[in-house]
Amino acid sequence: MAEADPAPDPAPDPVPARQPRSASELFRVFNRLALQGFGGVLPIAHRELVERERWLAPQQFVELLALGQVLPGPNIINMAIIFGDRHFGWRGALAAAGGLLVVPMLIVLVLATLYQRVASHPLAAGALRGMGVVAAGLVIATALKLRHTLAANPLGRPACYAIGAATLALVGGLRWPLAWVVLGLGSVAMAAAWWRIRRAEPPK
Amino acid sequence: MTALWGLHGLGWTDLLNLLLHFMLLSMLAVGGAITAAPDMQRWLVREQGWLSDEQFTASIAIAQAAPGPNILFVALLGLHVAGAAGLVATMVGIMLPSSLVAWSVGRLGRRRSDTVAMRAFTAGLTPLTLGLLLSTGWVLTAPTRAHAGTWLLIGLTVLAMLKTRLSPLWLIAAGAVAGMLGLVG
Repeated sequence: MAEADPAPDPAPDPVPARQPRSASELFRVFNRLALQGFGGVLPIAHRELVERERWLAPQQFVELLALGQVLPGPNIINMAIIFGDRHFGWRGALAAAGGLLVVPMLIVLVLATLYQRVASHPLAAGALRGMGVVAAGLVIATALKLRHTLAANPLGRPACYAIGAATLALVGGLRWPLAWVVLGLGSVAMAAAWWRIRRAEPPK
Repeated sequence: MTALWGLHGLGWTDLLNLLLHFMLLSMLAVGGAITAAPDMQRWLVREQGWLSDEQFTASIAIAQAAPGPNILFVALLGLHVAGAAGLVATMVGIMLPSSLVAWSVGRLGRRRSDTVAMRAFTAGLTPLTLGLLLSTGWVLTAPTRAHAGTWLLIGLTVLAMLKTRLSPLWLIAAGAVAGMLGLVG
């Protein structure tokens, strides 16, 4: 299906101020980034990669983020893999992703093992229950922050809210398998969006 | 201690099953691994009975409290299900397919992200992601849903995240205190 878009070619890449000098530098910087990221790494990623290291211009960061979000799986890991690969191939991809994961994984495993020791103690169990509630709140807050992006959605706000509500009902309420919902409702939503976009912007 | 890291009675077929299920979720997790959390709970806790609601929520809570990517909750799920082997199965499962896709797409060079297909893809999946995140929030309240304190704490957390620049760490600490005081069950 030919695209009749008359849009011009994307502007050339602005050259970032600096480049990573080695895969191990990638590991160190991404490691430092991860260790500051409590409750999520993305805001720190911007501060470290764009402002401190200046390995990415702000526009490039946004594009990398958009790419990471569109791809399945964890955004920041996808971004690290793509960024690392661009500079040092698969070694760079492993170094960047490894920097994000290795030390934090060790920390998490230590915490979990320590917790196991005190799990039967009612205070510890209570503390973790409370932390779980806050975790729920953090995730809900992330969802609510997303609602601003719906303003520009071609499906229109009512349809978006309907899809969101349907997803909540099916996955959270009825506990349908994720595959059914993403492939089923997701396909319907994407097809509807396609149709809306085409209707608003007929190909010339 | 070794009990946590051992197999917990699971066999090789179970481990393979675990790996494959998480590989599937890797490709379905639109907007990050946390959106697949309700399905992980459905499968691990409800269907297979390999994990309790408390262990499930605890895994996510610990990963959120610790520094680094939140996807590490998957490692803890694997640990609780089948020790070290479970950890490898779930982490390799959730990371490998999506990472390979990301790597190959990254190599394809700069794509036009303003094609109708890409815009429809993003536009269609964003409301879905929103619903999935809300579902995850709902699933995380499974052990504490009946208590009013839970909903109050969630409301306060949401307000704090939306209206202030308070670090999530403070909120998590407040949650720990509230939990110890018995406010959420």
